[in-house]
Amino acid sequence: MCQKMKPRALACLLAGIALVTPSLRAEKLTIAAAANLTYALAALDEAYQKANPGDELTTVIGSSGNLFAQITNGAPIDVFLSADTDYPQKLADAGNADAATLTPFATGRLALWTTRQDLDVTNIAAALANPKVKHIAIANPRTAPYGLAAKQTLAALNLEKVVSDKLVVGENITQTAQFVETGNADLGFIALSLLLAPNHKSKGAYSEVPPELYDPIDQGAVITKLGATNAAAKRYITFLKSRTAQDVLTRFGYGVPAFE
Amino acid sequence: MPDTTATFLGLSAPLWQALWLTVKLSTLTALILGCVGLPLAHWLNTTRWRGAVVAETLVTLPLVLPPTVIGFYLLVALSPNHPPGSWWLHLTGGTLVFSFTGLVIASVLYSLPFAVQPFQAALRGVPRELLDAARASGASPLRTFLRVHIPLARHGLLAGLTLGFAHTLGEFGVVLMIGGGLPGQTKVASIALYDEVQALNYDQAHAYAALLLVVSFFLLLTVTLLQRRRAH
Repeated sequence: MCQKMKPRALACLLAGIALVTPSLRAEKLTIAAAANLTYALAALDEAYQKANPGDELTTVIGSSGNLFAQITNGAPIDVFLSADTDYPQKLADAGNADAATLTPFATGRLALWTTRQDLDVTNIAAALANPKVKHIAIANPRTAPYGLAAKQTLAALNLEKVVSDKLVVGENITQTAQFVETGNADLGFIALSLLLAPNHKSKGAYSEVPPELYDPIDQGAVITKLGATNAAAKRYITFLKSRTAQDVLTRFGYGVPAFE
Repeated sequence: MPDTTATFLGLSAPLWQALWLTVKLSTLTALILGCVGLPLAHWLNTTRWRGAVVAETLVTLPLVLPPTVIGFYLLVALSPNHPPGSWWLHLTGGTLVFSFTGLVIASVLYSLPFAVQPFQAALRGVPRELLDAARASGASPLRTFLRVHIPLARHGLLAGLTLGFAHTLGEFGVVLMIGGGLPGQTKVASIALYDEVQALNYDQAHAYAALLLVVSFFLLLTVTLLQRRRAH
């Protein structure tokens, strides 16, 4: 009995090692990204996978505030791509991320979008003040930086009072887009990156909000405490600064910082 | 969004407003469920139509469907781009989505099985002989239903209404999809609580959650007590 088991056991052991070895080299990487990156991230991940075929990428999308709370409470995220630099900084201050890895990788742009055929959005202030407009969608200003930018825009245009009872709040920037897409909101402040995605391009009309009307949406990436030992996490941050990644981000309407 | 510093029992005014809105929504939903759900339950119990099985399944569907599915379909179905949203727009100038009315419709659909199923059980629990006796004494089916059947089943029916009310109190996913967070109109307690958590106001969130827990507990206690009592 024992003699029969030995070769079998050895074979099993070798097979086991063979199965395990590839995954020792490859890394599992979980990225949490703010909702405005929904489409850009698909393209970014594709480019990253091409360069690093061994790594296994998992992506989680949500509003920056929501993701921040989840990571703070131990969510298994390695890299956090926020819609601002405040949330990553707060994570680092609380000891849940490595401040040294905080990298601003893109500047977000805000746009006003409508799917109604009878609304002209070329003049943003006029469109917002139009009495035909019943609902204006914005992301939650308390948790979504694009929502805050929208609020700042309304203040800069002195339209806060005019639109105060027309505002509907989306949980995150993609839900805000849903409200406009389904025709329930007449106008919406959406991330430009969402409107430049292939399936959105032909729907409705949009106008880019002049950047001087809101504080710059500097988006930062950071490696979390849980991701500190993950080599793929470092690779991803380096990748975000690379030419390839910057080309993708520019294609989706983001501004990109100059890296060496 | 203005930050209010005035508090009552440690909770800010907007939170109390959200609670009041939730109570209004739940009450209205429970009343509609009573008016619509009772006849529906009776019909499901007594009909011989083969298609009733499908109807009963449809009524039970919200029990298993993720609320976000219901919410999503409502978001698309109630859009002002096509009926019935467009009819509503013509009639009232407003949309169903982002409105209290829209929430009531959604809540009735969402809590339907939670009221109809207890209704069915309660109505079935009344002994056949008592109903037959009423019919034999000359009462019409409607009169029997209203004056004999319902009163005899009243504890179970009340339990169903309370359950419908309680279930709407906790409604979240559906409201998240079609509410839009309008204070005083669609920002219900569950959404307000979620917002406080998201904004990292954990103190407020704790206090609010505790309040909602206490309210829910006493409601369910009522349901349990009612279901234990029998009318006969």
